[in-house]
Amino acid sequence: MKAHRRNKLIAIISGLALLSGAVALILYALTENINHFYAPTEVKEGNAPLNKTIRVGGLVVPGSIERSGERLYVEFKITDNQSQMIISYDNILPDMFKEGQGVIAEGQLVDQNKLVATKVLAKHDETYMPPEVEASLQKYGHPMQPRDGDESKQPSDKY
Amino acid sequence: MIPELGNFFLILAFINAILLGTLPFYGAHTNHKGLIQFAHRASTSIFLLMLVSFVCLTIAFIQNDFSVAYVANHSNTQLPIYYRISAVWGSHEGSLLLWVLILTGWIFAVSSFSKSLPAEMTARVLGVMGLIAVGFISFTLFTSNPFERTLPFIPIDGADLNPLLQDFGLIVHPPMLYMGYVGFSVVFAFAIAGLLQGELDHQWAKWSRPWTTVAWIFMTLGIALGSWWAYYELGWGGWWFWDPVENASFLPWLAGTALIHSLAATEKRGAFKSWTVLLAILTFSLSLLGTFLVRSGVLTSVHAFANDPVRGKFILVFLAIVVGASLILYAIQSSKVRSKSNYTLVSREIAILFNNALLAVSTFVVLVGTLHPLMVEAFTDGKSSVGPPYFNLMFSVFFIPILLLMPLGQQINWKKDDLPMLLKKYIWWFVSCVVLALLLTFGLNGFTFESLEPMALLGTILGLWVIAGTIKYIQLQSAKGKTRWAGMRKISRSYWGMVLAHIGVAVTTLGVVLTSYYSIEKDIRIEMGETVEVEEVSVYFKDFQNIQGPNYISSKAIFEVSSSGDFIAELKPEKRRYNASQMVMTEAAIDPGLFRDVYIAMGEPLNNGAWAIRVYYKPFVRWIWLGAIFMALGGILAMTDKRYREKKFKKKVSEEAVSNGQ
Repeated sequence: MKAHRRNKLIAIISGLALLSGAVALILYALTENINHFYAPTEVKEGNAPLNKTIRVGGLVVPGSIERSGERLYVEFKITDNQSQMIISYDNILPDMFKEGQGVIAEGQLVDQNKLVATKVLAKHDETYMPPEVEASLQKYGHPMQPRDGDESKQPSDKY
Repeated sequence: MIPELGNFFLILAFINAILLGTLPFYGAHTNHKGLIQFAHRASTSIFLLMLVSFVCLTIAFIQNDFSVAYVANHSNTQLPIYYRISAVWGSHEGSLLLWVLILTGWIFAVSSFSKSLPAEMTARVLGVMGLIAVGFISFTLFTSNPFERTLPFIPIDGADLNPLLQDFGLIVHPPMLYMGYVGFSVVFAFAIAGLLQGELDHQWAKWSRPWTTVAWIFMTLGIALGSWWAYYELGWGGWWFWDPVENASFLPWLAGTALIHSLAATEKRGAFKSWTVLLAILTFSLSLLGTFLVRSGVLTSVHAFANDPVRGKFILVFLAIVVGASLILYAIQSSKVRSKSNYTLVSREIAILFNNALLAVSTFVVLVGTLHPLMVEAFTDGKSSVGPPYFNLMFSVFFIPILLLMPLGQQINWKKDDLPMLLKKYIWWFVSCVVLALLLTFGLNGFTFESLEPMALLGTILGLWVIAGTIKYIQLQSAKGKTRWAGMRKISRSYWGMVLAHIGVAVTTLGVVLTSYYSIEKDIRIEMGETVEVEEVSVYFKDFQNIQGPNYISSKAIFEVSSSGDFIAELKPEKRRYNASQMVMTEAAIDPGLFRDVYIAMGEPLNNGAWAIRVYYKPFVRWIWLGAIFMALGGILAMTDKRYREKKFKKKVSEEAVSNGQ
């Protein structure tokens, strides 16, 4: 075999080896690190696994935010307008976190009704609703009306 | 009136783009001088038209013209003037207009700095960029027109710019990033033009290289600025979240980094030509994919814009057309491209091949993690996300060999080298890096090897190894001169650029590793007048004030941070409530330092005037961005190498001579 042919062959074989190694690793790492999303109703029905990192999402129930007063620890409820569940969080809540706002919490379920969150996502943009939350509201509850009736004031961004 | 003018100029720019995207191709094909010349004029005019259009929108913001829907939604009379201007690109429609303006800016730049290129080549390059402009201007015009009016109900005041975006970082971050994203369209256009022409010689790589490097510099700085902004503005001390939108910018950066290296092999040795062209196409495709991910809102991200499915579909179709058409062209034409492959297994060509393979796989890994939720949703109807542990693990697996091989790759000769000899030169340097890393992590770990993280040690070794290897490279290269100094001066500017950029990679690596493993974060309850100890530092709550900002009211606390009696800094974190949106913002206070940051963010007010605050001690966190600055400086050195300038100069002179002779 000529030198450049041999080089090409080696390049192709090592490329393939690298790629298949990468794919195997990806598949392994993915199964370990996928966080499935559940709506509160699905959690209540027992469809979500305990003690495994998952994501839940819904609207923050107005008046449900309880702070400990001593530490950052906070508990609040989220809803898909059918079921509610409790989220606990021991961290500074994101600035966009508000009652009635759609949020996503990532963490582990300690029982059928409570998730200990390691991360709470609320959006930069206050008119934005996470697609997961939107979908679960469509499925289990009625999508919430736009807050404060500010729709008329903000014609763009919504179609 | 002014918004209508802006809209009018945008439409003119659209027509201009259509002309630019068609006529020059015909001109290049038939060798029609007039049409080729037309490409240059159309490039100038499209840039001017977009500039006027953009200025019109800016004026609407400055004048608080709330009859324009976009202005009404993203500005406010109380907003300071500089944020009114940056609000132009504060949301979807305006940032798209900025995007198009930057694209036409690149077109103008290519047209101005391409005197040394064959005329038909330039015409084709500008034509391809014109077609891209057609796509983006029609996207702006038909789905996201920033000039739309709110008539007849004009709001009295605007809804305000999102307070998170009222910040210096956000004034500069999007334009930088867009410069990078769009900048990769230049090398893409070169690749397509080269394929159309059917010839890709080393000249082609030589022209494409500086353009790619400029785009890469902007991309590097844009990503670093975004990371820095997230660090100080979001209030939780994180600097990278593997968020889909961050990944969207990281993907073209990784591919672009691979492209820079393969272009080097193509220019210097005529190797990997068809791969380089493919990489150029892929890099720009990833830029477009990034745009799609950001604009469509298909993925849950902290960057989400209010989303509209029409926009997502438009970009997706555009992406499909661009990628599909260029890959078909590639499939047809790439067999005409002949690479030279007169190199052996131990050569710089192979080193670059490794670099490219590893970077390509890294890109692939990030791509899979980013798109996986979409695939799951398409096939199972379930929703999911991929956690940072996936990215951290997978990315390090492929980045470790990159760092390990980097010093050797710099030094190895083109064509053929002696591997045992090469290793022999470096072995002691590597050993000393291991010793130094052991000492450093030993110190940071609190002078004990107990529970020392192996990854922290490994990362430190690799970071030091790249720096040491680069110093060794300079030593070896400069030994070729008569004196050390003469040898140093013989190293060309582009090699100094490489040296600096690689040191930048090492600095960023050290920052990432050390801050990840040795940061301290603690939530404390603190009352006024109280002192609380957080590891080595003590925090004293000195004062508390309510102050009135231009468009917000703020609760400001004053803390004195000291370490074993020595005063370190006075930190003044704030909680701001913005008047128009009633949104609350945490403004963290940071005492920056080369070796550590002290960072305080205010949490919630507790009983008896006490506050919950969060204190971070972050060693080496600045190095993350410092490294990016080094990389960018390295890029600047590389692209201003004299072989790019000289050529142009000579060419210009000879052209002038010719034209004078006529």
